[in-house]
Amino acid sequence: MKLTESEYGRLAKLRSPNSNVLRNTAMAFLVGGAICCAGQALLNIYKMLGTDEITAGTLTSVTLVFLSAVMTGFGLYDKIAKHAGAGTLVPITGFANAVVSPAMEFKTEGYVLGVGAKIFIIAGPVIVYGLAASAVYGVILFIVRAMRG
Amino acid sequence: MDYLWAFLIGGAFCAVGQLLIDLTAMTPARILVTYVVSGVFLGAVGVYEPLAEFAGAGATVPLTGFGYNLARGVKEAVQSDGLVGALTGGLQACAGGIAAAVLFGLAAAVVFGRGDKTAKMFG
Amino acid sequence: MSVHIGNGTIEMTSMPSIVGFGSAVGRMEGEGPLGSCFDYVSDDSGFGESSWEKAESRLQQHALEQALLRGSIAESDISFMFAGDLLNQCTGSAYSMRNNGLRFVGLYGACSTMAESLSMASVFMDNGIGKYCGALTSSHFCSAERQFRFPETYGGQRPPSAQWTATASGCAIVGAHGQPPYVRAVTVGTIIDMGIKDANNMGAAMAPAAYDTIKTHFANTGTAPESYDLILTGDLGYVGGELLRDLFLQDGIDLGERYNDCGMMIFDREKQDVHAGGSGCGCSASVLCGHILPRIQSGEAHNVLFTATGALMSPTVIQQGESIPAIAHAVHISDNGNITEG
Repeated sequence: MKLTESEYGRLAKLRSPNSNVLRNTAMAFLVGGAICCAGQALLNIYKMLGTDEITAGTLTSVTLVFLSAVMTGFGLYDKIAKHAGAGTLVPITGFANAVVSPAMEFKTEGYVLGVGAKIFIIAGPVIVYGLAASAVYGVILFIVRAMRG
Repeated sequence: MDYLWAFLIGGAFCAVGQLLIDLTAMTPARILVTYVVSGVFLGAVGVYEPLAEFAGAGATVPLTGFGYNLARGVKEAVQSDGLVGALTGGLQACAGGIAAAVLFGLAAAVVFGRGDKTAKMFG
Repeated sequence: MSVHIGNGTIEMTSMPSIVGFGSAVGRMEGEGPLGSCFDYVSDDSGFGESSWEKAESRLQQHALEQALLRGSIAESDISFMFAGDLLNQCTGSAYSMRNNGLRFVGLYGACSTMAESLSMASVFMDNGIGKYCGALTSSHFCSAERQFRFPETYGGQRPPSAQWTATASGCAIVGAHGQPPYVRAVTVGTIIDMGIKDANNMGAAMAPAAYDTIKTHFANTGTAPESYDLILTGDLGYVGGELLRDLFLQDGIDLGERYNDCGMMIFDREKQDVHAGGSGCGCSASVLCGHILPRIQSGEAHNVLFTATGALMSPTVIQQGESIPAIAHAVHISDNGNITEG
C-alpha cells in the first residue's frame, strides 16, 4: 500500500460522510426544549397542587422518568432518539432510558445477573462521577467553613 | 413566560450536547458524565442556582440539573450535619429520580417484551 | 491436490463444485433489493425463539436446510462443517450444530467468515477429504447489537458511517467436481491495521485489508480486474467501498462497474435507514448464496472474486484504545470448471 497510516486516516475521513450538524442540532434543541417544557408544566401542576418547591421538583423528575420508561418499553423512545440525538439524551428522560433499556434487554440472562447486574451498564458512570464530584465539593465546603470558623 | 425560558435554556443544553456528539469523538456516556460533573461544579460555585430560578425545568431537567441537585443536597447536608453530609447529601437530594429509574426499569423488564429495532413499527 | 502458489493463494486442481447453497434472512433484508433472491424470509426476527442468540442459531439451521434441499443432499453426507458467526465463543454456530451430529469446525473471522469457511471447505474437497464439506455463517442484528453496542430500546444515534448488521445466514455445500459453480482458487488474507479506531466506521478499517488480499490474489494468479466480471467485497459498505476504489486508483487501476459490495446490495440506501450499508457475516453469506451463486450456476455471471472482509476487534480492546485489525479472504468462483494444466 502506497499510503502511510496518517495519509490513509485523512483519506478515510474525507470519504466518511459527516453528520448533518445543523439538522441534528436543531432537532436536539427542539426535542430537548419540548421535554423541558413538559417538565415545566409538571412542575407548575405539582406546585399548584400545593407541594413545596423541592418536592415538586422531585415529583417532576419521577414523572418524567416514568413517562420515559413507558416510552422505552413500547420502543418509542429510541425511535424519537434516532432523530433527536442529544435532545433525548441530555434530559433526565435520557437517563431513565439508559437505565430501563438494559433492564429490558438483559432479562434473558435472568433477573439477578441480567436485569439486576446490568441495569446501570450505561447510566452507572453518571451516578459514580456525579456522586464523586459532589462528595469532593462537600469536603471542600466543610474545610472552607471550618477555616472561616 | 416560564415555558419559553424552559424551552430555550433546556433546548440550548441539548444543542450543545449534540454539537459535542457530532463535532468531537465524545461518546454519549462521556457527555453525560461531563454534564453531571459540570452541574456539580456550577452548583458549587453558585452559578446554577440563579439559572435554575430563572429557567425552571429548562435548567433542572437536563443532566446538569442532576449535578446541581447533588451539589445542593451536599451543601445543605454539610451545613446541618458536618463532614458526613458530603457523603449523604447528594444521594438524598437525588434519591427520587434514581429510585424511580431503577424501579421503573425493573417494572419495564417484567412488563414489556424484548425490544427489536428491526421489527416493523405498529405491526 | 491443491497447490500453494505465490504467497497465500491456494489453487484448486480438481475444481470442486458448490453443489448446494441456501440463504435465510429477516424482515428488513427480505424487503431489500435482493429480497426475492433469498430462500427463506421471516418477519419474526426472533425466529420463534426466546433469545436473540437462539434466534441466530435457528436462522443458521434454516440456511443449512435450504442448502441441503437445493443440492438434494442428506445432512449426514456432510463430512465436515465449517461454520462461524459474530457471537462470543461462536455460540451461534455451536448451538445450531448442537443436535445434528456433524463434524464441526468453528471459525471466527468476523464478517470475513463466509470466505474463510468456503475456502476451508473447498480445499478439503479439492484434496478428496470427505463426501461434502459445508460452509455456513450467520449474523443477527439484535444479538450483535447487545454484544457489541447497545440494548435494542436504548436511544442512541448512529453516525452516518456506521453499518447495519444484517439478520441473515448463508450456507454453501462443496462437493467433488461436477456442475458449476466451481471454486478455482482462494487467497488467505493477512491482518492489515491502518490505525482506524472508530468502531462506527468499520468499512474504513477493512478497505485496506480487502485491497491487500485482492492485489495479492491478482499477483499470485496472474489475473487482473478484467479477468472477473464481478469483484465482490463483503461488507465494506459505502464508505469502505469508496475507499477500496481509491486505493486501487492510486495504482492506476479502475475497478469500475465490475466492483460491488454485499453491504451495498442487501439494503436499499434510500428507503431503508441503514446508513453506510449492511454488515455482519450473514450479509455476505446470504448475498453470495442467495444472489451470486444462482447467477453463476445459470451462466449469467462467469468469474466472481468473492472477498469477504472482517474487522477483528472486540468492544474490550476498542475501549482500551486499540485500533481495528482487519482481514480479507478471497475466493474465485467460476462457471468454468476446466482443469488447467500447470
